[in-house]
Formats: sequence, structure tokens, C-alpha cells
Amino acid sequence: MKSREYRVTQLLAHLVCGLFALMALLPFILLIVASFTDNGWATANGFSFFPKEWSLDAYRYIAVQWDTIGRAYVMTIVVTLVGTASSILVTTLFAYAICQKDVPGMKVLSFMLIFTMLFNGGLVATYYTYVNYFHVRNTIWALILPNLMMNAFNVILVRNYFVNSIPYSLIEAARLDGASEFGIFFKVVMPLSLPIIATIGLMTGLMYWNDWQNGMYYLTERGGGHLYTIQIILNNINENINALLQNSSATGGMNIKMPSTTVRMAIATVGILPILVIYPFFQKYFVKGITLGGVKE
Amino acid sequence: MSGNKGAALTLGKKPKRKIRWKRIFPFYLMALPGLIYMLVNNYLPMFGITIAFKKLNFREGIFGSPWCGFDNFKFLFASSDAWIITRNTILYNIAFFLAGNIVAITIAILINEVQRKKAKKVYQSLILLPYLMSWVIVSYLAFTFLSAETGMINKSILQPLGREGVNWYQEKQYWPFILIFVNVWKGVGYSMIIYLSSIVGISVDYYEAARIDGAGKWQQIKNITLPLLKPTIITLFILSVGQIFRSDFGLFYQMPRNSGSLYSVTRTLDVYIYQALMKNNDYAMSSAASVYQSIVGFVLIVGANKLVKRYDSNSALF
Repeated sequence: MKSREYRVTQLLAHLVCGLFALMALLPFILLIVASFTDNGWATANGFSFFPKEWSLDAYRYIAVQWDTIGRAYVMTIVVTLVGTASSILVTTLFAYAICQKDVPGMKVLSFMLIFTMLFNGGLVATYYTYVNYFHVRNTIWALILPNLMMNAFNVILVRNYFVNSIPYSLIEAARLDGASEFGIFFKVVMPLSLPIIATIGLMTGLMYWNDWQNGMYYLTERGGGHLYTIQIILNNINENINALLQNSSATGGMNIKMPSTTVRMAIATVGILPILVIYPFFQKYFVKGITLGGVKE
Repeated sequence: MSGNKGAALTLGKKPKRKIRWKRIFPFYLMALPGLIYMLVNNYLPMFGITIAFKKLNFREGIFGSPWCGFDNFKFLFASSDAWIITRNTILYNIAFFLAGNIVAITIAILINEVQRKKAKKVYQSLILLPYLMSWVIVSYLAFTFLSAETGMINKSILQPLGREGVNWYQEKQYWPFILIFVNVWKGVGYSMIIYLSSIVGISVDYYEAARIDGAGKWQQIKNITLPLLKPTIITLFILSVGQIFRSDFGLFYQMPRNSGSLYSVTRTLDVYIYQALMKNNDYAMSSAASVYQSIVGFVLIVGANKLVKRYDSNSALF
């Protein structure tokens, strides 16, 4: 008993959404197929969804180079875990503190937080401060501190959650039982806030995993090469290719070791694999994070 | 502890205040790490904008270097770059807003119509996928399509058609389109979800009533969905006006692969500031451009927020 209009709407909806979904997916498939393509074939015939010659050479190369790539992988994981954990701790503690309306000074802190969304020193001043006053160059701090650890949007999201979703009576009750304020925070407030913590944690984790800018600003090959993450390696490969393209006449004097095209695609594939694997399980929290933060961003 | 507190309530003012400070002290401890972080990451750099008004000398540092007034700004605005990067930043933001929102609203409305729950979820997940990638990864994805020698477009589409391949990274006439396309491709899942959550929030009663009155799907969309999305659209619009002086560094830096022949259509404020600072070590130009961006941005954000507040006070930032 489905009307004609219903069927037309369904068809149109599936067509358009399917088309966009396909457009979103295809580049990833091409990247992955490219990484399994024989390098010689790819150089001659270009990347294709249906290469005639497949090869595992790119991944063999990565296995041989595991010293570099594996170390970068470990660094990516360490930076993501340490960064996300400290970010969650700093963000939730600060959000809980500025919720306390009866504590003098918290209004000032709230204002200071919001002001960071309106005005910033910009790249030059931030770079100068981190390099010359905090000496983060070629240290792991360079990958954890600048810009990523606490942002006002997340603090506001968490604060709103605390205000709207944690019953004040529970906190009062714990207080009457003699719990300390830190005890209340860690044993009452945090366990009740797992949904919002998962949401901001996932978003922050993704930011750390994907970060290449801090590496580009603050790490140098010689002093900070051991701190390279996958994204930084991928970015450096880009920088080298770009340099080659710009100075194609002057490349004779440049000593750049360039992994072959398919190897580059394989490194990129390895870099996004964890996101592709965990995404289906955490998709719910990503969507929630966007809906909550949505209009504010 | 609770005993103390109870006693304090019945005593005079002095001990009460003392105990109160003791009670609230932990909250200051909780705020401390965040406060320190803000001072380090946000507030100290704000003082760093004085670099723009100085003739920076590394041995003397910021405070020892001599002032030079607005000289750095004079140099900046005397160059033709200042106009080009401002124009690019603003025009791209306008294009991104228009293209991004039209596509996002269309998909949101259509995805909401999809009846099969599984299909709906699959579409939504796939369309959001690019949003999770870094711009470095996106530049690799784009390279597989656009590379002049090995790109899919040249090798598998243009050549079989008997056409000559295009040197994508050298020819600037394609780039406004490429950048808008890629930005929409990466960001549309994000805005689609925002709009979808507004659409889901619309009461079914409206649609019931419209159906009883004989309204078709298109009329329902035109007369119910779109008007009820207006607040979201307007809020997003005003907020993006506040951001119109900012550009996504990753997009404009990674996608054109630093190709000099594309600069006039791909360079924005953020890319210019980065290049002046890191590639040319030119603190004068980069800090002047950086402060120019921060101050105009500040005025725009505060102004936009005033507008949001008047329009929809819940969506205001502050």
C-alpha cells in the first residue's frame, strides 16, 4: 500500500545519500588499493581501482623500515594516550571548579576561559613563547602542550553536563558523609559523567592522533626525529616532495631519500587504519560530540 | 568535617569565614592546572603580540628589542600580498559556507527520509568518515587523483578519453573549485549531523497535520522543515561571520602542496603567516599579519556574538 510518492522519495533519498557515501568512501579505497599496487605498474599506468599487478612490496618495505615506522607508531599512541588523559583531567577539573557559583573568583576564571575563544596571540606569538620561554623544541611537550590540551569548547560542554545532568543532592549527600571535595569529584561526579568524558575524550584523542602541525613547528629532523609520529612522517614526506617539485632543476644537489609512491600510500594506510578499525564502535560518541558541540563550533 | 561545618554555622562571623575558605580551597586546586595551562598557552602569547610593534632582535628578546611603531604593518600593507591573502580568506569562507550548508541541508533532509535504519546509519557513518582524517591524509588521498604522472584522473579518465593530462598542481584556474570541493567533502558530514539533529527535533505533529491537509513531501520540506531550520542556519551563519578572517591552515597548506604558481588563489592569512615565520624567518611581516588577523577577528567575533544574542540568546558564546 505504499504510495508512488513514498517510493519516489525513498529512491531519491537512497540515490543521493548513496552517492555521497560512495564519494566519501572511494578515495580511501583508492589509497588502499594503491598501497597494494606494484610500484612499477603504478608509475607506468597511474593509480587505479583495478590495477593489473598487485604487490606486497610496499608493506615489505615498511616491515624492513619498522625501526622508523614502528617507533613513530608507538610515539603516536603514547602522545595520543598521554595527551588525551591529561586533557580529560585538566578539562573536567577546571569545568567542575568553575561550576561552583559560591566560590569567589570562579566568575573571573569563566571569563578568562571564554576570552580565549575571542582573542589569541596568533601563531607567531605562540611559537615564540613556546620556543623561547618554555623551550619545548624537540621535546615531547611540543606534541602535547601547544593548543591541544584544553580548549574552551570542551570545558563548556563538560560544565553544561555537570550543571544539567549531575543531581546536586548526590554531591550534598557525599559531602554530609564526610567525603572530601576531590573524593566527591573522582568518586561521584566522574563516574556519572562517563558519556560526556567519552565524547570529549574521543574528539581530543582524534586531534592528537591527527596532529602534524606541532611536529612541523617544533621538531627538527636532527634533534626531534625520535619523537616523530606517523602524521609527522607523512607530512615530512610531503614537504620533501614539494621541495623536489619546486626545485626540479636544482634537485641534483639535494640529497632527499624518497620512499616510492606506493610505499607512501602504504604508510598513509597504516596511519589511518586504527581510525577505520575503531570508528564503527565509537561512531555513536562522535555523532554525540558533534551534536553537543555543534552550533558552538 | 561535617561536624565542624555544623558548628561553624552557629558561631560568629570570623570562624565561619575561616572554615569556609578551607572548604572551598580544593576548588582552587582543581582550577589550577587549567589556569596554568591558559596562562601558558593563551595569555602569555597575547602579550607576545607586542612583537608586531617591535624590531625584533633575538639577542635582546621581546622586551629588550626596540619599538618600531606601526612600521611592520606599513610594510605588510604596502605589499600586494596583504590584499590577496585577505581576499582569498574571505571569499573562500563565503564559498565554503554557501556550498557546505546547501549540500549538508540537502543530505540531512534526504537521510532523514530514509526508512531503513541500517541504511541510514551506514550513509551517516560513511559521509562523516572524511571528517575524521587529518589534512595530511587528505592530501595523500587527493594526490592519488590529481598527481600529474600517476593520478587517477589523468591516467584513467582523461587519457583513455584521448585528452591530454592536466598538470593539476600547476594550473591555478582549477583550484578554487578543488578547494571548495575538498572542503565540502571533508566537512559535510559534520554539518549534516548538526542539521539532522535539528530535523529530528521537529515535532511529527506538524507533518501529520500537513499530510492531512494534503501536502506532498516537497511541500512539507518547503513549508515545515526549511523554515524550522532557519534558526540553526542563521546561528551558524553569524558564527561563521565571526570566523571569516580565519582559515583552515591544513586545507590551504596541504592541498596545494606549496606550489608557487597556485599562491594567488590558494594562499590565505594563516598560510602566509606560517610561511613568513617558518620559511623566511620574517618576524616583522608574520607578526604584523598575525596581529591583523587576531584583532579584526576579535572585532568580528564580538560583533557576531552580539547579533546571535539578539537573535537566539541560547546559541551565544557568552
